[in-house]
Amino acid sequence: MIRAIARRAGSGLVVLWAAATAAYLALLAAPGDTVDSIIGDGADRPQIRAQIIAEWNLDRPAVVQYLDYLWRAAQGDLGRSYLLQRPVRDVIGDQLAPTLKLAVAAAVFGVVLALILAVVTRGRWARRASSTAELVLVSTPPFLIGIVLLSVFSFRFGMFPVSGDRGWAALVLPAVTLGLPIAGVLAQVLRDGLDRALDEPFAVTARARGLTERSVLLRHGLRHSLLPAVTLLGWLSGVLIGGSVIIEQVFGRPGLGQVTLQAVSSSDMPVVLAVVVLAAAFFVVINTAADLAYLLIDPRLRRS
Amino acid sequence: MTVALPRPVAGRLTLRRPRPGLTAATAVLALALTAVAWPSLFAGDPLAADPLHVLEAPSAAHWFGTDQLGRDVFDRVVHGARHSLSIGVAATVIAVGAGILLGLLAGLTHKAADEVLSRGFDALAAFPLVLLALLFIAIAGTGTVSLIVAIGIATLPHYARVVRAQTLVVRRAPYVTHAVAFGASRTRLVLRHVLPNVLGPIPVLAMIGLGEAVLIAAGLSFLGLGPQPPSPEWGAMLSEGRGYLHIAWWASVLPGCAVTATVISLTVIGRHLQNRFEGRHQ
Amino acid sequence: MIEVKNLRVTFRLGERQVEAVRGVSFDVEEGECLALVGESGSGKSVTARSLVGLAGPAARVEADTFVVDGRDVRGFAAREWRRLRGRFAGLILQDALVSLDPLRTVGAEITEVLRTHGIGDRGDRPERVQRLLTDVHVPEPERRARQYPHQLSGGLRQRALIASAIAGGPRLLIADEPTTALDATVQAQILKLLAERRASGETLLLISHDLAVVSRLADRVLVMKDGRIVESGPTRTLLGSAGHAYTKELISAASGRRRMTRTAPGEVVAEAIALRKVYGDRAVVRDVGLTIRAGEIVGLVGESGSGKTTVAQLLFGLTEPTSGRVRFEGRDLSGVPERARRPIRRRLQLIAQDPLSAFDPRWTVRRIVGEALPRGADPQPVLERVGLSADVVDRYPRQLSGGQRQRVAVARAIAPRPSLIICDEPVSALDVSVQAQVLDLIAQIREDDGTAWLFISHDLGVIRDLADRVLVMHDGRVVEQGPVRAVFEHAGHECTRALLNAVPTLEGAA
Repeated sequence: MIRAIARRAGSGLVVLWAAATAAYLALLAAPGDTVDSIIGDGADRPQIRAQIIAEWNLDRPAVVQYLDYLWRAAQGDLGRSYLLQRPVRDVIGDQLAPTLKLAVAAAVFGVVLALILAVVTRGRWARRASSTAELVLVSTPPFLIGIVLLSVFSFRFGMFPVSGDRGWAALVLPAVTLGLPIAGVLAQVLRDGLDRALDEPFAVTARARGLTERSVLLRHGLRHSLLPAVTLLGWLSGVLIGGSVIIEQVFGRPGLGQVTLQAVSSSDMPVVLAVVVLAAAFFVVINTAADLAYLLIDPRLRRS
Repeated sequence: MTVALPRPVAGRLTLRRPRPGLTAATAVLALALTAVAWPSLFAGDPLAADPLHVLEAPSAAHWFGTDQLGRDVFDRVVHGARHSLSIGVAATVIAVGAGILLGLLAGLTHKAADEVLSRGFDALAAFPLVLLALLFIAIAGTGTVSLIVAIGIATLPHYARVVRAQTLVVRRAPYVTHAVAFGASRTRLVLRHVLPNVLGPIPVLAMIGLGEAVLIAAGLSFLGLGPQPPSPEWGAMLSEGRGYLHIAWWASVLPGCAVTATVISLTVIGRHLQNRFEGRHQ
Repeated sequence: MIEVKNLRVTFRLGERQVEAVRGVSFDVEEGECLALVGESGSGKSVTARSLVGLAGPAARVEADTFVVDGRDVRGFAAREWRRLRGRFAGLILQDALVSLDPLRTVGAEITEVLRTHGIGDRGDRPERVQRLLTDVHVPEPERRARQYPHQLSGGLRQRALIASAIAGGPRLLIADEPTTALDATVQAQILKLLAERRASGETLLLISHDLAVVSRLADRVLVMKDGRIVESGPTRTLLGSAGHAYTKELISAASGRRRMTRTAPGEVVAEAIALRKVYGDRAVVRDVGLTIRAGEIVGLVGESGSGKTTVAQLLFGLTEPTSGRVRFEGRDLSGVPERARRPIRRRLQLIAQDPLSAFDPRWTVRRIVGEALPRGADPQPVLERVGLSADVVDRYPRQLSGGQRQRVAVARAIAPRPSLIICDEPVSALDVSVQAQVLDLIAQIREDDGTAWLFISHDLGVIRDLADRVLVMHDGRVVEQGPVRAVFEHAGHECTRALLNAVPTLEGAA
């Protein structure tokens, strides 16, 4: 068990290293001079160029440049944004909290809603209605959901603020917008898993013991249906990160998504690289959590 | 013995039911395709501005209303089909083509090469699609072409993994063993048994994947990273109309609905085909 | 105890109605053992499950009389059914690996029954669970209760499942194919346990496809076919003088019948010399030597895990032996590149247990058999030889019945006129009556073509009826070999004796 965890942590480090390296290679591969790429749309003055060359060791051999970059990244030094005239760590650090808040709220909302949808809608018609709703949610661009929610609840009824990040009320609509597609996908997977589990012989055995259908569902079926859902945790982390870029734009919320978008459109490469590495770290954490969740749910996997 | 219901029979019978959803999806998709092929057939000039009729609500003259420059939203949605769908199709073609090649390579070569490629697919698949596309666009610059390539790369691992997994399954399938019993050579095995069985499910997957590609394309255009205004692209239109949401919901919501309708249709038809396909092969 | 008159169960599948049970009447008397026998699809499982209201949500159950435990259960609500389940009747299904929840411990599964019916209180339930496990002869009950189904052997698992079925103290035990997934020796132990339960006063309803299994325990037998009872009566009478043709067929399939041969063994076709195969640090095959001559059927038997399938793969040249050699028609088959093996491939064929996965799913029968024939040859004659009619040639494997598929597999194997055919459990997935037909077919082909067969099975009954010589494998070694008659009558090795004792035989059959 401990060995398995250690191995997972190890492979997590490899993923992080690969992400950092890929980002670095991407920087080198960008068309034009690397110094230009790093400056982006920032002010281009000789002393800034010199500063960049010194910081990135661009006058040293390529191996040294790369190793030094890795070493700095490992220490949490993600370089400096020449456009914003600030260390990247500070730029990101400022914006991390609102995005995390949004991601956690959306994930909780999505998971809870999915569980409710999958467990409650067991009847023929409820199931059909719920499936249709899920299909629509999954197929609708998140920004459309956001805009519809905005126009109904903010403009029409004035229940929630239109934009910004002040107070919990401002978090409701963005979190719902980001959480709905998650609920759509998860509910489908959970329902499939439940259906399959309740068809298995062990479910027949459980019914033959005199259990109510609800007990069979909650005590036996649900745990089985969680297995395929856990597989989706990695995907979930992707949706949260990618989705927050769009959601923050729709609702004018500050956050990492806004930072990323600005960095991309103004070619602020140090910030883009840092976001990529950060996303990889987030991904590693989520996937390690998923692996552990597997072990917790399914004793058959605990054999080492 | 323990299964009370013969499942395949159940599957086959449900298909014979009338399927209103499927019919609607087919109709929407046909409409969208017509809009791609001959947009002028049922829509006027998407760029014709009319300063006298700005942000007008949907009416008989303007089915979907007008936008902030007085352009007819319906005309723009119809013409936008070409932009949005062709970006999706081109990206999917790239993803499917590269995915098949890389997947086969991983599935048929040595263990070490497979290991490296598979880890690569895993990492790529795990990484947020939008972020991957953003990274690519940050390096290659904004524009339709880099949008297409970005989405292509981002969705590629899905196909590559399916092809690889399927290749491994088919390679070890007892029927391939039996072909060995007739003295079949390796090339013959690959061409006659492995390839056809591996590629079978790809068209259907691509159909569902196309929906996803269209969705991501709209998202990136919404962020201003796709075709630039005044091109009538659905995501971009939504972004433009967003500023007038409080007075003219139609300018942003209706183009968004076009995306949703298209993606739902692709998914419904794709899933239907998938069910039939699986029913046929199991 | 149970009185059923004209029971009909209909499944609604989309717009079609499927009649699984069409008018079945029977009684179950307190304390007896009643067996319901039939092949898959005969409606026996559905009938049994209807007795506890578990025919499934798509089922419509109707009957003229349907009395369980003295109460009319027609129109029973879910609650009333639940009170019967576990308390009046316990259900035992085929394979405990999937019939017990794999994510929960054995103890939790048994406790669930106690809790559902409010037996005992929280504190004394662990003790009750251990007592139940002891009742079904599970050693170290305390430890086993904390384990998961996958951590137990097949036999222990099945015992644990039985423990959970008797936990509510039911008067009736319904056992649906309780031994089908088990090895022969374990099967015998479980049957003994069921006999014990009956001796302690429980009524037993046994459902099986295997008349021989049932004949050991049952007082009365009902034979079902196509949703109807075709024959019924006390076991002895029924076996002695079966009236219905179908029952006779089942009896003859189960009692075994020697398929005679007139061909004398010819020259050596294949030879294995000191075969050894090691995976990691585990020797799966150790020093196995065997010779197969033309026109001979050699049986290879052993429990699962004894290494018999690996021997087949080695003989077929699918895997290379760690040491030792395989010679085929005087040439080396092992230690040479596949390219060198290709010319003789067609002389050596294979028939697998599951024919469905052995066919390319996109191919029709015509193409499947065509692959084995010279280019452009008509598949019709060889299909006729295996008893398939002309209308199957354009069907896909999945459109065929299990028996038809195995015939196609035989056709494909004999088409290139091989000198040796290796078959790995070729009939164990088939219903008994179909099994007998396929065995007849194999014997006939050996007779006509003088083909040598290596026949691998865990079922000694099949080997006894078909093979000339037999090799018994245990733990990677051949522990006994010789002519079938000699081995079966004077088994030397204890392992052979255990296998032999476990072969269900019909007692009292004419």
